[in-house]
Amino acid sequence: MTNHWIDIKNADAILIIGSNAAEHHPISFKWVLRAKDKGAVVMHVDPKFSRTSARSDFHVPLRSGTDIAFMGGMINFALENQRYFKEYVVNYTNASLIVDKGFGFKDGLFTGYDPKTRSYNKKTWSFELDANGVPKRDTSLKNPRCVFNLMKKHYSRYTLDKVSSVTGVTKDNLMRVYENFTATGRPDKAGTIMYALGWTQHTVGVQNIRSAGILQLLLGNIGVAGGGINALRGEPNVQGSTDHTLLYHIVPGYMAQPMADWQTYEDYITSNTPVSKDPQSANWWQHKPKYFASLLKAWYGDYATKENGFCYELLPKIEKGADHSYMFLFDRMYKNQITGGFIIGLNPMNSVPNSNKIRKALDNLDWLVTMDLHHSETSDNWHRPGVDPKTVKTEVFHFPSAHRVEKDGTVTNSGRWLVWHNKAIDPQGEARSFGNLYVPLMNRLQGMYRKEGGTLSDAVTRLNWVENYDPEEWTRRINGFFTRDTKVGDKVFKKGQLVPSFVALKDDGSTSSLNWLYAGSYTEDEGNKSKRRDMSQTPMQAKIGLYPGVAWCWPVNRRILYNRASVDMNGKPYNPEKAVIEWDGKKWQGDVPDGGWPPMATGKGRYPFIMSKNGFGQLFGPGRADGPFSEHYEPVETPIASHPFSKQLHSPVYKFVTSDMDVLAKPADPRFPVVLTTYSLTEHWCGGGETRNVPNLLEAEPQLYVEMSPELAKEKGIENGDGVIIESARGRVEAIAMVTVRIRPFLVEGKTVHLVGMPFCFGWTTPGTGDSTNRLTPSVGDPNTTIPEYKACCVNVRKADTLTEIAR
Amino acid sequence: MTKSFFIDTTRCTACRGCQLACKEWFELPANKTKQLGTHQNPPDLNAYNYKLVRFSEHMIDGKVEWYFFPDQCRHCVFPPCQGAADTVIEGAVIQDEATGAVIFTEKSAKFSKEDFQYVREACPYDIPRRDEKTGRMVKCIMCLDRVQAGMLPACVKVCPTGTMNFGDREDMLALAEKRLEQVKKTNPNASLANPDDVNVIYLLGDTPERYHTHSVAQASPVDRKQMFASVRKSIAKTVNGAEQS
Repeated sequence: MTNHWIDIKNADAILIIGSNAAEHHPISFKWVLRAKDKGAVVMHVDPKFSRTSARSDFHVPLRSGTDIAFMGGMINFALENQRYFKEYVVNYTNASLIVDKGFGFKDGLFTGYDPKTRSYNKKTWSFELDANGVPKRDTSLKNPRCVFNLMKKHYSRYTLDKVSSVTGVTKDNLMRVYENFTATGRPDKAGTIMYALGWTQHTVGVQNIRSAGILQLLLGNIGVAGGGINALRGEPNVQGSTDHTLLYHIVPGYMAQPMADWQTYEDYITSNTPVSKDPQSANWWQHKPKYFASLLKAWYGDYATKENGFCYELLPKIEKGADHSYMFLFDRMYKNQITGGFIIGLNPMNSVPNSNKIRKALDNLDWLVTMDLHHSETSDNWHRPGVDPKTVKTEVFHFPSAHRVEKDGTVTNSGRWLVWHNKAIDPQGEARSFGNLYVPLMNRLQGMYRKEGGTLSDAVTRLNWVENYDPEEWTRRINGFFTRDTKVGDKVFKKGQLVPSFVALKDDGSTSSLNWLYAGSYTEDEGNKSKRRDMSQTPMQAKIGLYPGVAWCWPVNRRILYNRASVDMNGKPYNPEKAVIEWDGKKWQGDVPDGGWPPMATGKGRYPFIMSKNGFGQLFGPGRADGPFSEHYEPVETPIASHPFSKQLHSPVYKFVTSDMDVLAKPADPRFPVVLTTYSLTEHWCGGGETRNVPNLLEAEPQLYVEMSPELAKEKGIENGDGVIIESARGRVEAIAMVTVRIRPFLVEGKTVHLVGMPFCFGWTTPGTGDSTNRLTPSVGDPNTTIPEYKACCVNVRKADTLTEIAR
Repeated sequence: MTKSFFIDTTRCTACRGCQLACKEWFELPANKTKQLGTHQNPPDLNAYNYKLVRFSEHMIDGKVEWYFFPDQCRHCVFPPCQGAADTVIEGAVIQDEATGAVIFTEKSAKFSKEDFQYVREACPYDIPRRDEKTGRMVKCIMCLDRVQAGMLPACVKVCPTGTMNFGDREDMLALAEKRLEQVKKTNPNASLANPDDVNVIYLLGDTPERYHTHSVAQASPVDRKQMFASVRKSIAKTVNGAEQS
């Protein structure tokens, strides 16, 4: 989230799109309803009418996978009708920057596309520079090659007719959302966008969110109270796991994973540290060497010195373009390229697409370690239905892990708040926390490598590791400390003392920090700030529900990111009633500002978007794999053979794996005419491995269902409650029909398209409840993140004669 | 001052936190349920579910409406179930003076099948159920143990949206009236369900029958009370063949 949960109450318009917030983030609706009480309009755009829709002012059904068309139409509407916040757009976004002359866009492709490699050379996705190397600007926005005009041209193609035709949303419904939401394009109004996996799980997932970024920048909704782009993260700690790098492509604190191209520490630093020649751009990532060096110090302790590049050479380096996401990982496993591994707190046999393939892939392992609360479809894959256990060679070691109420530690919530929780009870039986499983394991490995040696054994033996697991100790290490006596300002810190903030981090080996973003969360003066529960506020903070003394928030306890865009050039809030920060002539009041520089008008200020190289909000976003502007492409499996925006049916750069089991339906394949979207539900958690073992939750949602419209049910001769078979090109799943008016047929490109929706939480280890919905979904993914396209594929539905997976 | 719930269905997201919290607090076992084509599960109140969120969906003038009704005992001001039960076994149903909570006691285990059916039918909201294992009649008891300890009922404690409210009857009535006035601006059919007769006051955003067959009383409690006094005693005598006090 750019903002935080409480801040939702400050919104004047709430657009919930790609999220079923009331069902999957029930607490969010506490704040949504507070906003609604004060007159905010709440809109839900989603394929299905859900419990979220029931509490919104209105629901707009949208064909799954057409969000960019929907958002493109809104961007076009805002531009055509001058609904944008011009002062903000000119001063704080890159609207006025002049784009390279070579840049263009033609029939669905941006310049630089290479069909052989299915990738873009992004050389022309850049800005013209003046003699000093500073981007040229035309603040009159008249230059035809400035971002604003290129953007206007790009989105002018998203006319109401085309958008309506491809999304299946009526023009009335489009206008209802467009008018209500763009009404916040004024200084004193704020609109927020709440999204979740309904936006990310597409082959255009990142560009769905880019569309929101563009729209919110146009409306001046970033940095303000009640605004922002708010990713509703899943588990209480999904934000934390992202910050600390659950995924392969980054190291903690959003820095790139070392690659083979960068063999030395210097290579890495040079290739990853952006340089800006603009004195008004803070270009915060210029400090990356300090954060990276401190991270390496935290990993390798005294072994890491400036002279040896802080042990950079010990890190594994991935090949350029290599994809180590789980889609590719399981593909390699299927192809016998992996012999063993750990699966921790995850049930991929249920939650990874094309489960039939994934389950076979796991059979190829010699050994497998699972750590989880319960046995799951993953730990027990070797004796799944239809498989003779004698034919599976895998030796499985299942370590029972503690439940989160059985352990102390922190979580980082969606609003980036670091919150400490105490354990309620001791772990049951032999269960241990992941920390208590992992720390001794690494100690054992270090011992073995010390004794027996091995390939690059230093990478393990030199790790700055601990004897015993103590969550408080890790919280300190994450914050970071001085490795020698150091003076910061006029204050002297002793070796071993905690760093007060990331400003104190250095690239000379004098500091250590496991994650620069968290520096300042645990200090000598105030202790472990994740434990703070101080409700006091200034009157200004009270107006917008800001509680700076409750827990701690990264970065530097800033509760609303980019908040210097909420004030004008003189530091005066655009919306005084809901001011986030204000310049009092000497310093900033309110939230912690994005840098303490004085307002822009003083000439000593910095542009507010300090994390981007040029300091501007990026309407033109050159960093992504699939384009600087968002563009509609159909899901990889689509009910239509062409769409009205270009001849490029699919994303030209989406990712996929190939094997005999990775089959796809053709566009508009008559065998699979129905769109399937998959989702979670309130009562079960993700793949259901935990919650299916909670009897009361299973009582409330006992079995796999498929929601469908009465129209489709009639066409297929299906009654509510009937057992049905759902088939895709990859698999077959049994479910119970839930025939409901909450799902409507769509009129798409002149033809009726039906959509069905299914949860994915049921699995065979809970007998009679159904089995993995993901046997239907395809292994295709977003080009930036490789997140799979769970949200849109094509299937057919028929009534079942008998059911074997679901007890009746 | 007796206690009341105010249940504002116009704020309910059917997260079922209340349904689950109730089960957890009373440590009620789970029923073996099936998916029957609806999210409402278990299908009805039962011995192990004193609280049930009912789902009902409608297509009204081309617009989808989905209504949620967190059903539970209404803790009637003059409980008809008590009136009916008293004609069979006095003390099987009692009312806590301090809070107004209506409680089924152990004595209810002595009811015959017919007695139980009779008491159940006396309830205008079809609440009483029977635990077949113990024979006792069961339902929501207003979390009397929690309330006496100064805590909120479990269902109210967990509610994230302000749907479930609990407090002194006067305060809850005032809150209900205030919310009704606000809701009426957008929902002209909104009403409070039998606020004078019950201590669990529902705000409904649309006509009551669109929520649940028994969202409002299905016969006047007063009528029923009179009926018990006159009719039930004689039936009880003949059916059971023994004088009931």
